[in-house]
Formats: sequence, structure tokens, C-alpha cells
Amino acid sequence: MKTQNQRAWLFVTPVLLLVAFNALIPMMTVVNYSVQETFGDNLFFWQGLDWFEQVLRSERFHNALGRQFLFTFLILIIEVPLGVAIALAMPRKGPWVPVCLVTMALPMLIPWNVVGAMWNIFTLPDIGLLGYFLNHTLGLSYDMTQDPIAAWVTIVVMDVWHWTSLVVLLAYAGLVSIPNAYYQAAEIDAASRWAVFRYIQLPKMKTVLTIAILLRFMDSFNIYTEPFVLTGGGPGNSTTLLSIDLVKIALGQFDLGPAAAMSLIYFAITLLASWLFYTLMTMNDNKT
Amino acid sequence: MRLKSLVPALYILFLMLPIYWLVAMSFKTTNEILSGFSLFPQTWTFANYREILTDPTWYWGYINSIIYVSMNTVISVLVALPAAYAFSRYTFVGDKHLFFWLLTNRMAPAAVFALPFFQLYSAVGLFDTHIAVALAHCLFNIPLAVWILEGFMSGVPKELDETAYVDGYSFPRFFVTIFLPAIKSGVGVAAFFCFMFSWVELLLAKTLTAVEAKPIAAVMTRTASSAGYELGLLAAAGTLTIIPGAIVIYFVRNYIAKGFALGRV
Repeated sequence: MKTQNQRAWLFVTPVLLLVAFNALIPMMTVVNYSVQETFGDNLFFWQGLDWFEQVLRSERFHNALGRQFLFTFLILIIEVPLGVAIALAMPRKGPWVPVCLVTMALPMLIPWNVVGAMWNIFTLPDIGLLGYFLNHTLGLSYDMTQDPIAAWVTIVVMDVWHWTSLVVLLAYAGLVSIPNAYYQAAEIDAASRWAVFRYIQLPKMKTVLTIAILLRFMDSFNIYTEPFVLTGGGPGNSTTLLSIDLVKIALGQFDLGPAAAMSLIYFAITLLASWLFYTLMTMNDNKT
Repeated sequence: MRLKSLVPALYILFLMLPIYWLVAMSFKTTNEILSGFSLFPQTWTFANYREILTDPTWYWGYINSIIYVSMNTVISVLVALPAAYAFSRYTFVGDKHLFFWLLTNRMAPAAVFALPFFQLYSAVGLFDTHIAVALAHCLFNIPLAVWILEGFMSGVPKELDETAYVDGYSFPRFFVTIFLPAIKSGVGVAAFFCFMFSWVELLLAKTLTAVEAKPIAAVMTRTASSAGYELGLLAAAGTLTIIPGAIVIYFVRNYIAKGFALGRV
């Protein structure tokens, strides 16, 4: 049981100050821009909610948002089952465990733009390993700078390469925490492989899988650097995800008003979805 | 059983292929890269690495990155420790809301903060310093560190605290000599994650620096666009950025699975 103690606020103060400095001041700047028009020279005019209306009605935003949802959906639907399957097949003990864990974690520690550059080199049509294999060994015509579908497949495969290990490691952590007695009991009951998965392993993985889905949702929804380095949002606009579009508007065209309004809408969507996940997660915590 | 171990083996092969290609590319001459496909370097060359290790704009990129990543890791873990203790041991007015508010900062798209961060850190005179990037990365690292440490601390029974008070320990002495050793794997894991996310992040680090504190990742993008198609050099620089991560993983390998579960298994 936790104790009621208001002095706990003292412990939290340093964190509060630091995060507030980093979060509240920039957030207020964004809110400021989102309701004003500027022609430079620090002159600002009240604009009301016009920018929000403009962004919400613009086809460009709808398209970027649609692409973003499609990307995140594909990522979750591929990475979560794949990660669980790999974790189930991993050895529980023995010399191979640390080897698996270390090699699997490696992609996550590579700077994001290096990931983009690495996949760029890997997929070059004539001199990249994958590009050469697809074009010259299999005889396909693969060039992700020309073909939007190839570009999409490439960014999705790149993200699967980069982040599936997160799901694997989380699911694995859940699996190794199951006491052996559970499996012995299942064996006595002559439970099928599926029953073991459904009634023993899945419930034990529930908390960690919620964390995995939450983290994968947030990070794939906010993804910027890797697809930007790999495709630059192209060919055309086909892989321009929300963050790429936002940076184009804010730092490329310097349209501060629309960019700020778009930022707030973007953040609100992330927040809403994450709140849903978080609520689900704390419900789990309370039950156990 | 044989079939089962094939799954992780194939997966690891898939993970290693692009990395292999990057490393192989870094040992090839530009001539060989552009002249056609070769699975292994035909003529091994260390020229790419030599150029990076002798040119100050290149190697200072690495030093800059390591400086701000270390600063960020130390700051994040130090301020997160007392906060995580408060969240794991006490209830106080607004604790749940505060915890969620902290997490929202981990959820915020970095692209949203790029421009306001640039203005904020320019206004306080910290633009293009290591501490600016270290502080900016606190935005997502502190919430994560609090989250991880809180998970590990909640696994320590509360009786430990109570026994220490009965034995007459003061709070600071209890925290440093008894509590910290009890959660030291948690501290290691939290530091690992702060290192990881600060090391891989580029957008904010690039926005907040120009010359003096420019991270290696930003040096790479500059070179890729200005010096044309120097793939070998790019590959060598990329290969070198993998090494610190690999070293750090090796140290936390025994806690890595529990760590990714944020101490909640």
C-alpha cells in the first residue's frame, strides 16, 4: 500500500521544472503562432481559428494523415505478430540467448539517419545488395526512387527491420517470467500447443505487449528521419508522412501559422490514441 | 525443435544483411563501388576510415555526439531518480495526472518542437552548445527514465524502506546506501535507454546546432549532399556510429529483456 504524502511533490520538482521548460514554453509558442498571421519583422495579427480550418480542410493534410495512418497500421499489423512469433521460437536458456538478444537489439541503437542511409545503400538498383538481387537475380524491375509501391514496401520493410526487435524483446521478457510449473500443469492436462499459447503465454504477455503496441504506435506515428533520408518523401508525395510534411511547411516554406495549427492537430491525435492505450494499460496494472 | 530455431536464425540473418552491406561498402574504393556489384570488397582499403579519423570536422562530430549524449544521460537519470521514488512509494494530489503528463512528452512528435526549440534556445543564448541538445533530449528521456525506474522501484518491497527507518537511517543515507544498490540494474537500464534515444535522435540535435556542437549524424547528411556520391565515406562513418551502441548493449545484455519491458514483468 502506498502512503499519502504531499511532500512527494518535492521529489518531483526537478523533473517538473526541466520538462516544463522544454515542453510548456515551446508549446505556448506553437499555440501563439497557430492563431496569428505574420509578415515577418515580428509583426503579428490575430487570425483566430482560420489556420485550423484551413489545415483541416486542405487536401494535402488529409493525404498526409491518410498515408500516416496506413503506415502505422501496416507497422502494427506486421511487427506485433511477427515479434511474438520470433519470441516464442527463441531459446529460453543456453549460450545462444545473449547472442540473440544482443544482435536483435543492435538495429535499435543505430542513429536514425544512418538507418536511412544504410537502407539507401542496400537498395540501390545496380550496386546495392537487395537492389541487385531483385533486379538481376530475380529479374524484377525494382527502383524505389521511381516506383511509389516499391518506395512504400521499402520504408515498411526498413521499419520492420529497425523495430520488430522491440516487440521481440518485450514479448520475450514476458515469456521468461512464466514459471515452469504452469507448463507442467498444462502438460498434465494434455493441453494443445494453441491452448498453452492462448491461456498461459498470451495472458502473461498482456502487459508487455500493451507497452510494445503503445511504443510502436507512438514512434511509427511520429517517424521522420528514416523515411526522410531514404526517400525524401518521394517519389512525388507518395511517402510524405505527417512529420515530413510538417517540417516541409514549418522549416521549408516557413508558413508558421498553418504549421503550428497542423502541429497542434497532429499532437492531439497522438495524445488521444496514446491516452486510450495508457488507460488500457493501467487497467491491466490494477487487476494484477 | 530444429525447425523452431530456424525462425530466430532467419530473423537475425535479415537483421545482419543491411549492416553487412554497410560495413562491406566502407572497405571498398569509390571506384569499385561505382563500377559494379561485388559481394565482397575486391581491393580492401582503409582510406575511408583514415579520412574520417584525420579530418577534424568528421571526428569532432563523434566527440560532440558523445559529449551531449553523456550529459543527457547523467541529467536524466539524476532528476528521474527522486521523481520515480515518489511515484512508486507515495500517493499525492495529482500524481496520476502528472505521470500521464510526463508521458505525453514522450509521445510528442519531435517535428512539432523543432522550430520552437530553435527559438527558445536561441533566446536563452544556448544555441549551438552541447548542453542545449542535452537539455532538449531531456524532453523525451526524462519521462522514459521515470517510467523505467518507477517499474524497477515498485518491484522492491516497501518493507525495505520501513526497516531502514526503524534502524535509524536518515532518508538520504537510506536512499544512497540501501535503495540505490537494490535497484542498480534499473539504473543501468534507464541510463542505457537515455543513451540510446539521445544517440539515435537527429532532428532536434541538428536543429539546435550549427558548428560548435554539430553531431556526427548531421555531419553525415551535410557530406552526403555537398561532396556528391562518396558512398564509401558515408558507409565508413555509418559503421563507426554502430560501435558505441554495440558496446553499450554488451554491458546491459543480461538486463536487456527486462529493461525493454520497463521493469514491468
